[in-house]
This record gives sequence, structure tokens and C-alpha cells, in this order.
Amino acid sequence: MSSTEVEVGPAVDEQRTALVATLSTKLGSALVGSHIRPGDDLWIRVTVDAWADTFRMLRDAHGLKFFNWLSAIDWMPSPFGRDMDAEVDSILQGKVAKAPEPTVTGYAGGDTRFQVLGRLHNLADRWGITIKADIPDDTLTVPSIISVFVGANWHEREVAEMYGIDFAGHPDQRKLYLPTGFEGYPLRKDFPLLARRIKPWPGIVDVEQMPGDDEPEEAAAED
Amino acid sequence: MTITDRQQLAYIAGQAADARLNLELETEGMVLNIGPQHPATHGTLRVIVRLDGEQVVAAEPVMGYMHRGYEKLTEVRTYPQVTTLINRIDWLGSFANEVPFILAAEKLMEVEAPPRAQWIRTILFELSRIANITLFLGDMAAQLGALTPVFYAFRDREYILNQIEAVTGGRFHPNFDRIGGLKDDLPKGWGEETKGALRKLSEFCDIMENLVLGNEIFAARTRGIGVIPADVAQAYGLSGANLRASGVDFDLRRDNPVGLVYDKVDWKVWTHPDGDSFARYWVRLQETREAIAIVEKLLDGIPAGPVMAKVPRIIKVPAGEAWVETENPLGAMGYYIVSKGDLTPFRVKIRSASFNNVAVAPWVLRGVYVPDVITILASLYFILGDIDR
Repeated sequence: MSSTEVEVGPAVDEQRTALVATLSTKLGSALVGSHIRPGDDLWIRVTVDAWADTFRMLRDAHGLKFFNWLSAIDWMPSPFGRDMDAEVDSILQGKVAKAPEPTVTGYAGGDTRFQVLGRLHNLADRWGITIKADIPDDTLTVPSIISVFVGANWHEREVAEMYGIDFAGHPDQRKLYLPTGFEGYPLRKDFPLLARRIKPWPGIVDVEQMPGDDEPEEAAAED
Repeated sequence: MTITDRQQLAYIAGQAADARLNLELETEGMVLNIGPQHPATHGTLRVIVRLDGEQVVAAEPVMGYMHRGYEKLTEVRTYPQVTTLINRIDWLGSFANEVPFILAAEKLMEVEAPPRAQWIRTILFELSRIANITLFLGDMAAQLGALTPVFYAFRDREYILNQIEAVTGGRFHPNFDRIGGLKDDLPKGWGEETKGALRKLSEFCDIMENLVLGNEIFAARTRGIGVIPADVAQAYGLSGANLRASGVDFDLRRDNPVGLVYDKVDWKVWTHPDGDSFARYWVRLQETREAIAIVEKLLDGIPAGPVMAKVPRIIKVPAGEAWVETENPLGAMGYYIVSKGDLTPFRVKIRSASFNNVAVAPWVLRGVYVPDVITILASLYFILGDIDR
């Protein structure tokens, strides 16, 4: 990086390292992964069975009373290749369809296609944590945390309709945004975004000449 | 007041049962549909309330009329293209929507905007806040039947929108923030003009203080109505003025001023212990004044220099995950970006303030009277685009 303004945080984050050690003794084998961005942020990954208990423990023992959000990730690479390469583009440019990329998971690791993740904050001491859990591919079930954070109610409904993940113990898993009869789970990677399958990449429009741009050099010189 | 796990479960189970009854229309009480088209909802929120006489037994917000699927759409847009979409989340404070996304991308790229860009960002961010909350200050009174304040609000908001337009070219959707800085520098003489506009807004705040806060009817309709205790507010993830009106001293501008220069000036976080509709109005009025003061102070100290850092022309964000949230006009708004080193994000989770802020509605509306439903919904202050995304 050429910029001199980049601030380099402390290379070792003692507070967060100590916290991970504490959580590790408390959770035991339920804590399967962690990631620290020094001076900034913390990720932990727990087993799906310990999902609700981890939230309860963090709320009661670590002052993480502020429920920020809950969501999920589908780590499967899109079977359509990169979504930027619409079929139209490939035909226009004579490209062959790409093979799907290998599955790569993010911070704190992961072994399954779907992961659920949540974010909590400690408002008094001003720090937050992201908690992840792998969801078993065969059951796609996670324990609900609404008994810990009542605000997770709508978040879990959203995840349920968008990913088809079942939240065990949630009494009301009706669809939140989508019509009741909607089929499919839109945020899954194998749910095609039809508009992108049939239309060329919108960036192509930019190279059209504007009226008055007679000399092509002028248009090209504009950065 | 604390809520136990069992109480929390009972609330949700109760709501679910009530909602099912409502849908099947097998109720003995009266079912009242507020919305989807209702002046008190700023868009198309539908609230099904089941009434026992004049009292609400259960309230169930129904969303989705304005769901645009931004989380899916961001996966097929390059990073610079995403800002065009996310401008439309909270359309009254558009510039503020762009900032956390850009900051999250900058965090992954390890790029930092030059100081001048950070200052101008902060100024535009606060101007968005003023433009946004000004409308609330007038509109809340309109919900109670006082139509004059809303005309003042629309008139005076225009001064701020003019200033935003002078810099960005857009009144509502600036699309001005870039990874590594800003699209352009400020026009000449903009600072002085903005100070003039801020004086007008300062007068507006004084008018609202007399006209609305000092009004007996307003106090009678809002004091003690829709009380949200601090514990409940945190469990639902309320943020912004809604949280601060419940006495929780939390403001991301002070607590996590990432990429913005709030730490360069002195200012105060306003809280109110009551947690009722009145407190939410009061806090927002003080915050508008504070925002005016912040911009005035920032305008005097803008450093010289470029407004854009050196970034590649084609932006590829390195693989990783980043979470950045900022204190937007409606509350904490953040983006969780997962990148695989591509031109497009792999996954973007949008945490919008109104989604959490409205989630508390079933809890707080239970047991109130019908006219108070409107007051409470108005005081929670949500933008439909910010709920549905």
C-alpha cells in the first residue's frame, strides 16, 4: 500500500486473546474455532448444539446484552460460475462456462455448506463478537435463540425463509418478507437471479457514446 | 425491570397465536388493519391489530411490501455499483447508507481515505442526519393532528438538501462516496452557504421546541405512552435515538468512530431516562441541534489535501470478512461483507436500524389504546425501505 495514512493496529491483541482463552475453558470442546483481527474484532465458531447456550453464557457472563443481528451464509460457490458472467456475456464474448470454484469458508473456519452467524455487543465496554456455527447438511436445524434474545424472532424468520434453515423451538416460522406460497430459498447460491441470467452485464452500457462526444479520444481520456 | 426468558418466550408464543387467530378471522374481538397505505407508516407497513374495545390485544406488523432483495442483488454487482443500490435503503438520509459499506470495503482493502475526505464524509453524514430527522420532528406532530409543523419541516429540510445537492448533484441519492475517498471536492464558498442553512435549521429546532414539545396536547399524548425499558430495548437490538431515549448511553459516533472524524470535535450524546414517546422526540430534537453544532465546528477545520486515496481503477477486495456499523439517522446501520477476492462481494448482510426498531412494536403495542398505536409507531421512526431492504 502506497498510502501513508494506514494505521497499523497492535499485532497482538492481548484482551481478545485472553477472552478467547476464557471462552475456551468455559465452552470446552464446543468452541471449534476463533479468529482475531487485532485491535478490531473477534470471531468464534461453536458447535450447533452449543449455539443457544453460548449466547446465554455471553449475555450473562460477558455483558453482551445488545443483540445486533442474526443471519446465515451459504458457502457453496454459485453453480453458475461467477454471477457476473451472465450467459449472455459468455455468448457475446465467446467464452465457455466456468467450472464452479472450490468451497472456501471464512474466518474461524467451517465444514458445512451453511453457517449461521450472529452478532452481539457489549455497550458498556464497547466491544462486539461474531458467533458462527456450522449447520448439519442433513437436518439444516439450529436451536432457536429467542429464549435468550427476544429480538432474534424476526431475524430467525428471515433466515428461515431465505435459506430454508429450521430454527428448533421457534413457535412462529411464517414467512416474513415473501408471499406465503413462495417456493425456493432466494439467498441460497443455487437460486438463480433470473435478471442476471438473461441480461448483459450492466457495466457495458457505460461505453456508449454520449451525444456530442464526436472524438473518441475525449471519451477515452476521461478517467 | 428485567424480563426473564420465560416471559420472553411467552410474548412471542402469544403473538404467534394471536396472529394466527387474526389471519383465520376466528376472533371475537375486532381486527383492525392499519395500512398498508396509511399516512402514519411512511410507506407500506401493515399492522394488524386485534382489539378488545379500544385496547390492543395483539399487534402484528406485516412487512415485505417493499422487499427489494438487496442482499441478493449485491452479490451480482461490483463494489462501486453496490452504493447505487444501498442508497435506497433509508431514502431520507441516503448518504449515510453508503458510508458503512464503503468503510467495510476499505477495511478489507486496508485503504484509508485522506483526512480531507474523512472530514467531508462526516459533514455530509451529519447533513443527512439533519435532513432526515427534520422530517421526523415535523411529521410526529402531524400524526397527532397538528399539520403546521410538517410544513415547516418540509420547507426547512430543503435548505439542507440544497447544500447536499450542491456537492453531490443529487438531493436524495448522492451516490457520492467512493472506496478510498469521495467523488469530488467541495464547491467554492460551500462552507459559508452551509452555515447559513444551518442557522435556518437552528431556528427550526427552536420553533419545534415551542410548537411541539411545549404543547400541552403533545405532552398528554406522548408522556408515559409506549415505554420501552432499557433491557427490552437491548434484547430487541434497538438503536439510535430509540435506545438513547430508554436511558442507554450508546452512540456509535462516539463509541466506534471508525473512518469518521467525530473525535476531532467536542459534542455530547443526549439520553433520556423515560423511554416513552415523548423521550424519543426529545432526544431527536436535541440530536438535531447537536448535529448542527457538529457540522458548524467541522466546517471550520477541514484540512487541505486530496479527497481520494490511490486505489486501483478496477476494485478487487481481498478475501476476508469485515463488519462495520455507523450511527445512521435511524440508528446503528452496518454491513457484514464476506469477500472471496473477487470483483463482487460473496455475501453482504445488511443490518438496518429500522428492522430491529420495529421488531419491538408487538411488545410495546400490547395493551395500548388505538390512537396511541399511531403515536408510538411514529415515535419509533422507521423508514419502510430500511425495514424491508
